[in-house]
Amino acid sequence: MGRDQLAFVRKHMLPEAPPPATQTGAVKWLRENLFSSPGNALLTIVSAYVVFQIIVSTAPWFINGVWESPSLTACREILEGKMGGCFAVLTERWNQLLFGFKYPSELYWRPGLAFLLLFIAAAPVLFGKVFPRKMLIFTGLYPFIAYWLIWGGSLLVPVFALLGVLVGAFVYSRMVTVNAGIAVIVAFVAALVFWILSGYVTAPMENVMAIEAVASRDMGGFMINLMLGVVCVSLSLPLGILLALGRQSSMPIIKWICVVFIEFIRGVPLITLLFVANVVLAYFLPPGTNFDLILRVIIMITMFSSAYIAEVIRGGLAALPRGQYEAADSLGLDYAQAMQLIILPQALKISIPGIVNVAVGLFKDTTLVSVISMFDIVGMIRGPILASSEWNGVYWELFGFACVLFFITCYGISQYSQWLERQLRTDHR
Amino acid sequence: MTTMTDPPKASFQLSMLIYDTRYRSYTFQFIALVLLMLLLGYLGANLVNNLAAQGQNISFGFLSSPANYDINQRPIEYDSQSSHLRAAMVGVLNTLIVAVLGCATATVFGVTAGVLRLSPNWLVRKLMAFYVEIFRNIPVLIWILIIFTVMTAVLPSPNQFRGDGADASMFMDAFAFTNRGVYVPAPVWGPGSLVVVLTFLASIIGVFAYRRYATKLLYDTGRLLPMGWPSLVILFVPTILIYFVLGQPISLNYPALKGFNFDGGLHIRGSLIALWFALAIYTGAFIAENVRAGIQAVSKGQTEAAASLGLRPNRIMNLVILPQALRVIIPPLISQYLNLTKNSSLAIAVGYMDVTGTLGGITLNQTGRAIECVLLLMLFYLTISLAISAIMNVYNNSIKLKER
Repeated sequence: MGRDQLAFVRKHMLPEAPPPATQTGAVKWLRENLFSSPGNALLTIVSAYVVFQIIVSTAPWFINGVWESPSLTACREILEGKMGGCFAVLTERWNQLLFGFKYPSELYWRPGLAFLLLFIAAAPVLFGKVFPRKMLIFTGLYPFIAYWLIWGGSLLVPVFALLGVLVGAFVYSRMVTVNAGIAVIVAFVAALVFWILSGYVTAPMENVMAIEAVASRDMGGFMINLMLGVVCVSLSLPLGILLALGRQSSMPIIKWICVVFIEFIRGVPLITLLFVANVVLAYFLPPGTNFDLILRVIIMITMFSSAYIAEVIRGGLAALPRGQYEAADSLGLDYAQAMQLIILPQALKISIPGIVNVAVGLFKDTTLVSVISMFDIVGMIRGPILASSEWNGVYWELFGFACVLFFITCYGISQYSQWLERQLRTDHR
Repeated sequence: MTTMTDPPKASFQLSMLIYDTRYRSYTFQFIALVLLMLLLGYLGANLVNNLAAQGQNISFGFLSSPANYDINQRPIEYDSQSSHLRAAMVGVLNTLIVAVLGCATATVFGVTAGVLRLSPNWLVRKLMAFYVEIFRNIPVLIWILIIFTVMTAVLPSPNQFRGDGADASMFMDAFAFTNRGVYVPAPVWGPGSLVVVLTFLASIIGVFAYRRYATKLLYDTGRLLPMGWPSLVILFVPTILIYFVLGQPISLNYPALKGFNFDGGLHIRGSLIALWFALAIYTGAFIAENVRAGIQAVSKGQTEAAASLGLRPNRIMNLVILPQALRVIIPPLISQYLNLTKNSSLAIAVGYMDVTGTLGGITLNQTGRAIECVLLLMLFYLTISLAISAIMNVYNNSIKLKER
């Protein structure tokens, strides 16, 4: 009887006790991530205070912001001495910020449409798995459509330019069986000859199927940044690949031409190349030729970024194991086939992050054209808008707007590249 | 019966220049060379024609003629009667000043942010990620303009420092932040100050000597000398003693409000500060990523191995992690320095008189010698780039893992 009372045998399991309050949920997270040590706690408090101060001091600026007002003085009257941003400058000068101050306002729909079509053209390239391959045809046509939409003029110009490309492609496909290198040269010459000849055809027919033409000097705003960025990156990719292959080549003369070009371009700042485009390039062209400033800038920026892309791709080529080259040789592939089928697909895949870095850097560097008095978005802000009597002195709203535009674009591109890297990863980790 | 014969000697045929791999590369190189020559000849001929049409020539004689313009920041003696060459030299020095200041500051920002991005503190980690993403994704030109706007449009004018109850006041009575620039106390080098400086330099050498001796002693005998406080003592005590023995030869010249402007002290222009800080913050964001990547590149096993040898955390950092991380960090760091130097040419946007502003800006516009000016400008940047690349190659070879 007594023994039964003394001996205690638990007959059933106790329910699990919850972990101590300090070891679960928000408290645990706080302890581990914010207050793990006295130093950390101090750091947390200091940075939280800084963040709090920043938010408190800028919040009224956003909340009291004025979105409708004809000028800065009117905007200040509306604010009545309160702190607030005059975002009205953005709504009032929206078109100037995007298209520049000379682009005919009734034609804004054209660059706008070109911008929308850009997404359709880029979609099959960027997301090859989602969109049908047939859309690539549109991508091929896009440069000519976009040129026609933005610059206007006769439809014959882009059509003949397209025909020239087709002639070049046709010649290449016939010659490639002989030798790829020679085929490229001959195809290029054929296209060039076609373009020069077609110049005689299109010149007298300026008004055939023409829409209103807009001169390059009338363009401005963020449109120029986008145009320069897209055009120069797409042109510099093939050029960069050629330069990288040339630098790897076993032929000393070709190798040294590429090395000198790449090292020279990489050694000087972009701004000096823009000076070249602005004041020097004209000396090296036949007397009487009148190149657009935009075209000259495109040439120089393309050269600039192709040198950087060449270095990135060279890194990718060097990272491939030697066995890949030897395997291609042992299959009996010639140089062009080996590059096209074995080496480049792998090397380009390795180079994607680097290429995207170059592309983002290049896009940011397009703001430098404002230094040679082109009115891109920075040029527009510093020039016509801040100099106007209505908006003299409204800095933060304008610079903030430019920052937002660039941040969205560049951050978007870099996020895309990280996604692409994950997609292309073939090792299973 | 057949007899063995030599294979027929291949006689050289013209088609072998294309089809035979032995000769094909010569064909290609020849074609490339001819095309290059044609291109250069074409450009050269155009240049000669254009110059002849405008009655110009290529000559660098303009460099010795008077520049006729003023430069607001002059590290060496210069006035408007000095030559264009002198103006270019002033520009070069100004470029180097902003480049050195920018590189040093960018390293501080970058290393701090890079290390803090790996901090166990969630808030700090996120803040640093925010800093890096914001600054990497917005053009440096916009940052330069933003900071320049702060310097010129937001800071008070010197006039506002006047009188009692003024709108603005000097920071600690020594620093004045005005829209004409920042005024800071300037050191005045009295007689005997050279001795103080030399003493300080000698103390630095002394610290290294002491540390070396302590390490040697540790390896030879196993005796561990303290490192921290003796280093500090060697570094500061002799200098301070000499400074007071010689009767405080170095003094500070404080800026003071005189007339419409501040006088005395060191005047740092808003354009320099805008350029310096914008470049430093922007490049710092890139350096932060390099530093983070470098530290993460050292595998965790290294830390654990060092810990299992009984090393303490700070020794693990100094002896195991850092030497390996630096190998990864330093090459991209140097190329960031190079980028910063090249980006300093954006000075022209805020009127800082670097070499792009003098040689590529005013001199070019005044003399109309576009080709010569741009050529000299490119040569200058090219020299710096190639010199830094050469140093980097030597360094890379010296730290390369010796593998077999």
